[in-house]
Amino acid sequence: MTGAPVEAGRETLTLNLGPQHPSTHGVLRLVLTLEGETVVDCMPDVGYLHTGMEKHMEHLKYYQAVTITDRMDYLSPMTNNLAYCLAVEKLMGIEVPERAQVARVILCEMSRIASHLVWLGTSAMELGAMSVFLYCFRERETLLEAWEDTTGGRITPSYICVGGLLADLSPEFIPKVRRAIAPLPARFDDYERLLTENPIWLKRTRGIGRLTGDELINWGVTGPMLRAAGVAWDLRKSQPYSLYDRFEFDIPTGQDGDVYDRYAVRVAEMRQSVRIIQQAIDALPGGAHMSEDRRVWMPPRERVRTDMHAMIHHFKIIEEGFSPPPGTAYQGIEGPKGEIGFLVVSDGGPRPYRCRVRPPSLMNVQVLPAMVRGRLLADVIAILASADFVLGEVDR
Amino acid sequence: MSEATPPEVTPRSGGTTLVRAAVAAIEAATGRGPLEISDFRGTPCLRVDAHSVVAACQSLRDASALDFALLVDLTAVDWSGCRPGCEPRFDVIYQLMSLTRNERLFLAVGVPSDDPTVPSVIGLWHAAGFLEREVFDLMGIRFDGHPDLRRLVLPEDWQGHPLRKEYPLRGDDRP
Repeated sequence: MTGAPVEAGRETLTLNLGPQHPSTHGVLRLVLTLEGETVVDCMPDVGYLHTGMEKHMEHLKYYQAVTITDRMDYLSPMTNNLAYCLAVEKLMGIEVPERAQVARVILCEMSRIASHLVWLGTSAMELGAMSVFLYCFRERETLLEAWEDTTGGRITPSYICVGGLLADLSPEFIPKVRRAIAPLPARFDDYERLLTENPIWLKRTRGIGRLTGDELINWGVTGPMLRAAGVAWDLRKSQPYSLYDRFEFDIPTGQDGDVYDRYAVRVAEMRQSVRIIQQAIDALPGGAHMSEDRRVWMPPRERVRTDMHAMIHHFKIIEEGFSPPPGTAYQGIEGPKGEIGFLVVSDGGPRPYRCRVRPPSLMNVQVLPAMVRGRLLADVIAILASADFVLGEVDR
Repeated sequence: MSEATPPEVTPRSGGTTLVRAAVAAIEAATGRGPLEISDFRGTPCLRVDAHSVVAACQSLRDASALDFALLVDLTAVDWSGCRPGCEPRFDVIYQLMSLTRNERLFLAVGVPSDDPTVPSVIGLWHAAGFLEREVFDLMGIRFDGHPDLRRLVLPEDWQGHPLRKEYPLRGDDRP
């Protein structure tokens, strides 16, 4: 993070943006060097939320460590759960039943829409469009409510578990999801009516924070940011997991890689997510919600009460946990902010020997200086908002 | 370690071809092939020497048949917890991805405990900036040539490196 050269005799001002500033979307601190209103240099300072999550996961059993993943990107808990569980399942060679896989797709796409809605609402608010913020949170609420009685949580459900799902979907789940997503396309039209043709929005976002696809790849940035620069890269298509290859959807891309294109790509992605959810609901098969692999399968409650072996099996899984064979596995998936993946190392014990998360948010923060140098201070806010990161995941 | 001959691995797609091309690129750039080829549940992992990691990465990035343009992740594992006294104690693990070939590849570099230093790959990927700082911060591995190797998430005056296995999860006995 070397500063741009400043000529002798020119006066610069150092300005701290954050860590307690509403527009930094959490406790992020940017040390800006300004010359007048122009940003000469920018140095992100992260770590205010560091709680040692990767260390903590090494001390939890595999099935307990899922709960930590929720708390990383808490705006999209399902994709974090899924990436971790897929990595552990890959390590153990577990096949997940189709019902669970399709349900995971539904939940992850709901998560993606919920995350993009928070992104859209807060970004629009930062540039002065308060009503979009209120609408986005209204819609997000319907999505969280739809999964609440099935998963038992809104923000930190830990519902996807190694081998499948923690419990079967509640009978109310599918009707609730249908009700939640039915009005969404019309709502997205509303947002677009408020923003897409809005001259203030266009002036604040067009041509701002541009980076090319090659630059973004060199910075390690994936997800909507990369797609907005015209690179049609989506792990759901290129390296499908959890039966994503069964569903039809497009990869929206932009051309300019500016703040506006990132907005357009994310709104288009929400529409695609609705499309995927509709197909997944129609295709949701019956059957088990959990793998019958004895290493992770828990006997049903009634059998635990009546059958000694089921009782012992239940007790051993809870008390001892399960132990994947030694080795290393990585699974990356397409999260709302880019590729989120877990590298899980097993030494044959019941706890991950090492559990590394590949945080897309960290990459999105790291690239900020490349986008804000030479821009005006006001553009920093627009660029910051367009990057989409969650500090819980940046700092972990 | 002996000269490696590529064993048959079965990665996600076009596996052996990928491994052969990667081995050839590393051989051409560093004068010798990888020390070891292992398999991370379907994705190949090539082990190289610390001093040849930059050349190896550059050849993998720039060979048009490979095009590993994206540094997905850079992290480290401390093996002292399950293999006490083992040397090299740490592995630095690079994960590369080729968007045009749709392939992933891991590189592993052994790092000894008495001089935990690896050359930085920041000249190849901007992405390595924060990732190397994080490994330095939490694992205590230095990256030679990194222009700004400070702690990333912990305060500057923090003692110790929490992801090392001897570092306790909680308590006053923190080093």
